[in-house]
Amino acid sequence: MSSDDDGLTVGGMLLKHGVSRRGFIQYCTAVASAMALPPWMGPAMAEQLRGSPRPSVVYLSFQECTGCLESLTRSFAPTIEDLIFNSISLDYNDTLMAAAGEAAESARAQAMKQNFGKYVLVVDGSVPTGAGGAYCAAGGRSAVDTLREAAKGAAAIVCVGTCASFGGIAFADPNPTSAWPVSAIVDDKPIINVSGCPPIPEVMTGTLLQFFSTGRIPDLDEHRRPKVFFGNTIHDRCYRRPFYDQGKFAKTFDDEGARNGWCLYELGCKGPTTYNACATLKWNGGVSFPIQSGHGCIGCSEPGFWDKGSLYSALSTAAWGKAGEVAPRQALELAAGAGAVGVALGVVSAGVSRLRQHEREKSADDGQQGS
Amino acid sequence: MDLLGFARGPALRVALAVFCIGVLWRIVGFGLLRLRRDLNKPRASIARFLTRGLITVGSRSWPHPEFIPRTGAGEALGYSYHIGLFIVVLLFAPHVAFIGSLVGFTWPALPSSLITVISVLTLTLFLAVLFRRVTHPVLRMLSNFDDYFSWFVTALVLVTGLANTAHIGARYETLLALHILSVDLLLVWFPFGKLMHAFYLVPSRAINGALLGRKGAVS
Repeated sequence: MSSDDDGLTVGGMLLKHGVSRRGFIQYCTAVASAMALPPWMGPAMAEQLRGSPRPSVVYLSFQECTGCLESLTRSFAPTIEDLIFNSISLDYNDTLMAAAGEAAESARAQAMKQNFGKYVLVVDGSVPTGAGGAYCAAGGRSAVDTLREAAKGAAAIVCVGTCASFGGIAFADPNPTSAWPVSAIVDDKPIINVSGCPPIPEVMTGTLLQFFSTGRIPDLDEHRRPKVFFGNTIHDRCYRRPFYDQGKFAKTFDDEGARNGWCLYELGCKGPTTYNACATLKWNGGVSFPIQSGHGCIGCSEPGFWDKGSLYSALSTAAWGKAGEVAPRQALELAAGAGAVGVALGVVSAGVSRLRQHEREKSADDGQQGS
Repeated sequence: MDLLGFARGPALRVALAVFCIGVLWRIVGFGLLRLRRDLNKPRASIARFLTRGLITVGSRSWPHPEFIPRTGAGEALGYSYHIGLFIVVLLFAPHVAFIGSLVGFTWPALPSSLITVISVLTLTLFLAVLFRRVTHPVLRMLSNFDDYFSWFVTALVLVTGLANTAHIGARYETLLALHILSVDLLLVWFPFGKLMHAFYLVPSRAINGALLGRKGAVS
């Protein structure tokens, strides 16, 4: 956002806010460590950032609930993360910026023109394409048009949240607005997906920081998520994992197993198939995460998680019903229907066999009589 | 739809349907067959030869003392891996959850680490019976595609299950999908191969015993 700080480097900006060079290096080292980067990356990151002009960021919000932005702003204040984010040039965010209406749109247009090819486009929310894009429009322009225009001059696109990354709840069946993830609309720009509903604040800030400090796209998995944060399943790092290995499972949310902190697998925990840093970075400054609070992981950082069946069915259970969950009655109906077909086939085949047996015996009898 | 969704959704549904159709087709078809006419005079009362049938189910479960030195080890091997399979299939918590989701009730499970140990032992026994089959001249001569493929689909379930538990070779969801797909394959093959012995074992022994009992023989 435009202010008196425009034109300062990140180093100058931090100095102005009373952050020493030593403190900044310590912070960068801690961030590099959290991201499992090599030890030399901390000071290198600090030097790169200190001498860089504040990178321009355009943050577009489309079909979303603002939960991702709420998460992003829930960094514990005052922290150095806040300063980092005061230190980027957040040129457009329709929720956080003071300007509104034409002034805001004008600021965005100006920032995109001045930083063409260099700014980072952060997208929050899915992009509806139904009804000519009329389901989501701002300033008289549809989300899909705004995205295409903003993507042209972006150095990279960072999709925050599962909606921008994979379509999210709007994309879920029956997808009434014909919503799509950003990657389905833009295919000629580097895209980093920071999925989650919402993503962990430190994962969002860490991804942006790594990109700004190294100038390159981090290593990504097959869903374009930074491997450093999405490289392991929650199950792999879960503190309840020993109970899984011991076969101790909570059966209900208030039984003895649940009170003793046993594994929530049978209550539908999707930790084994969900890649995220919840079990290590946790939330609210490392206080807790859903599994620690007694609820199984719902797999919110995975593509299409809304359509993957009941949140409360174990991963190993059958899932072919409309809601994904197979009730015993449905299984019984399947068995009964298939069983009836099997019985009919058995009767027919036995009848054919008997007929042939009868013919063989008859011909044998005839043969004996003839001889 | 991802691979895991396909494996536990449409593929499992089709596999269960084929399993139910095939098993009942073969059981009913087998059960309604007419026995060959036996023109001999019965050597025992109906009650006695039916009793002999039931006794045979148990008496043929272990070799006659005379044959134990020759076949006892093979029988023990067979029993061991069957017991291992039953434990792994019925007492592993995710399996209990799976079966429970279909039948509507569950039962206590064993610790996962114990199940892993039993699975490794069972797989080792599986390899041992395969080794025995291919090295034993008579067994090798008696074996056909059905024997080897039935062994393969059952061992595949064990291998993919172990890989899934140990997270070896691929991501968890891929391994879980492959494991469930291997179960789907087993369900489809089950009624049409020698795996049907699970259903035929008791009635075929009983019928043999009853027929022999009718002739006055002790089996």
